Amino acid sequence: MSTIALAAPALLEQATAAAAADAPEVLRAERAAGAREFRALGLPTTKVEDWHYTSVSSIADAKFERMSGDAAGVTAETLAPYVFSASWPTLVFVNGSYAPALSSTSALPAGVQVMPLAQAVTQLGDVITRHLGTMAPASRDGFTALNASFLGEGAVMHVAKEMVTDVPVHVLFVTTDAGAGGMQHPRLLVVVERHAKAVLIESWIGLTEQPYFSNGVAEIVVEDGATLHHLKVQREGRQASHVGTIEARQGRDSHYVSFAYTTGAKLSRTNIYTVLDGEGCGTTLNGLTMLDGSQHGDVQTRIEHAKPNCFSRQIYKSVLDDTAHGVFNGKVYVQAIAQKTDGKQTNNTLLLSKTAQVDAKPQLEIYADDVRCTHGATVGQIDQTALFYMKSRGIDNERARQLLTYAFAAEVLETLENETIRVALERGTMRRFTAFVD
Amino acid sequence: MLEIRDLHASVDGTPILKGITLSVKAGEVHAVMGPNGSGKSTLAQVLAGHPAYEITSGEILYKGENLAEMEAEHRAQQGVFLAFQYPVEIPGVSNAYFLRAAYNAKRKAEGLEEVDPMEFLDLVEEQLKLVDMDPAMLSRSVNAGFSGGEKKRNEILQMAVLAPTLAILDETDSGLDIDALRIVANGVNALRKPDNATIVVTHYQRLLNYIVPDFVHVLAGGRIVKSGNKELALELEARGYDWLLEAVA
Repeated sequence: MSTIALAAPALLEQATAAAAADAPEVLRAERAAGAREFRALGLPTTKVEDWHYTSVSSIADAKFERMSGDAAGVTAETLAPYVFSASWPTLVFVNGSYAPALSSTSALPAGVQVMPLAQAVTQLGDVITRHLGTMAPASRDGFTALNASFLGEGAVMHVAKEMVTDVPVHVLFVTTDAGAGGMQHPRLLVVVERHAKAVLIESWIGLTEQPYFSNGVAEIVVEDGATLHHLKVQREGRQASHVGTIEARQGRDSHYVSFAYTTGAKLSRTNIYTVLDGEGCGTTLNGLTMLDGSQHGDVQTRIEHAKPNCFSRQIYKSVLDDTAHGVFNGKVYVQAIAQKTDGKQTNNTLLLSKTAQVDAKPQLEIYADDVRCTHGATVGQIDQTALFYMKSRGIDNERARQLLTYAFAAEVLETLENETIRVALERGTMRRFTAFVD
Repeated sequence: MLEIRDLHASVDGTPILKGITLSVKAGEVHAVMGPNGSGKSTLAQVLAGHPAYEITSGEILYKGENLAEMEAEHRAQQGVFLAFQYPVEIPGVSNAYFLRAAYNAKRKAEGLEEVDPMEFLDLVEEQLKLVDMDPAMLSRSVNAGFSGGEKKRNEILQMAVLAPTLAILDETDSGLDIDALRIVANGVNALRKPDNATIVVTHYQRLLNYIVPDFVHVLAGGRIVKSGNKELALELEARGYDWLLEAVA
């Protein structure tokens, strides 16, 4: 194609066929747009600035088939390590398809609806018509276009106005050996109406060591005065390729609080984009990436301050071992009208080996003249002063290093509001670095 | 307990300690005083085993063993404790966890069973009172966001929990108001036993009103230029260091 677009013939053929297949009325136009845009866009090459550090040629060259939805062998016990609480409303997708036997929405608080997209096309048709493709249009990039052309799987969550709940809704995308060589393109559409509050967890779980490809898109509307806490957990299989895009649009006085927890996949890219489209709103985008072996993990955030008097906060941390490669690109755009914007971005990376590497790229574009925006990035090894302090208290070198590694990561986990989630991820992190938990 | 013989040490190739000889016996409190840059803090760091300092000659015997050959963690497990001038913040590790890890490391080295979190909380409750510390401080990250006084009290809390044989207090009085100073000094005094010893490194005599030393040593240019009893500290307070430095020169 060109220097900025990778041809992906196998994907294009399937996207074209998918878009041409019969589809529910409300999805048809978006699917057609997806196939059309994908034909034009292809997948990005590393010549595209946003993809400079991450090559997706392995995805373009592969011949992934759509996953079969075979959920055989997956039980509640299989999923127990990944479900923070069995009592929370949970939608489980296995190998690309909704698995009703593993899902439960009986604990849904009043005013909160969550259901598979296939069901939502009839029950929440107006929500879909109004919002689908408006935050993440198919024209955004090749991956979003690809996702659109396969529209059909995924979930819709709707929180009615003024319904305030702290009970998380958990949507899991699970891949097993039956999904080997497969791909999935689920869409999440979340609408939190005005003055409502909700918590969403989006988990990507790989229970296979075989290659597969996940390409998710989440579209999020946080209306005036509403709050959404959104945790994305990416624990894909070690040979998986994962591209996940989250695009949010925020109304006046709304709050969007996102946390991206990334430990999985061979190649992963997480995009978190939000538009602060009303005065007085706030965005918090935090994240923790922990990679080893030859994993490659790329996180890109983009916060667009489109109205005055809004704030944004970002803390992204990475712990990289072996030959892992991490990328963080944090973009903050402040439009000319967005005076009194208060933005802060922090990005810290801990390298545990000499061969691990990180590319950190803060990117601030400010067109307003009365704003406060700061960013800071650090890359380093274990703090020798802290190490000596611990050793001087009798804690041996190995354990002190482990504890300090854990502590580096745990600092950002502390920002998680939900205690059950925080404790679970802290314990997982403790186990990862220290081989002991208590 | 501690025998330092003609100790020379340097950092990045620059000699700092130039022949220190000092003998500390069980039950004693020694004050090490001196102007800025005299090597006081270096001596404290060298005793604790900071890797940045290289011992170029001389020896340090602790309970008859060659301290210089021991890693910092082994020194601590053997009862050496350094209260830091600038206690280190460790965000992400709770004070309770840190204290217990240190306590258990020592227990393990002594061939004793490690204690679980509940047992440890019972044990630390008494020590908290000693330094007038709110138990809520245990669940906060080590020193993170602590005030200067809280950090120093936290050092003494660690000292109380670890019950060292040889405690070295490195400018523990720096940055403290008089109330915090009293609390810290009372804690140190309460921990004094006939079978342990304390080295108090300080720039000012003030601390020695509260922690009364048996011996006072004045360090200048990396050497002990004068030793005496607690009266020497008072004399230094009254006359400053210059007369002594001139006399030595």
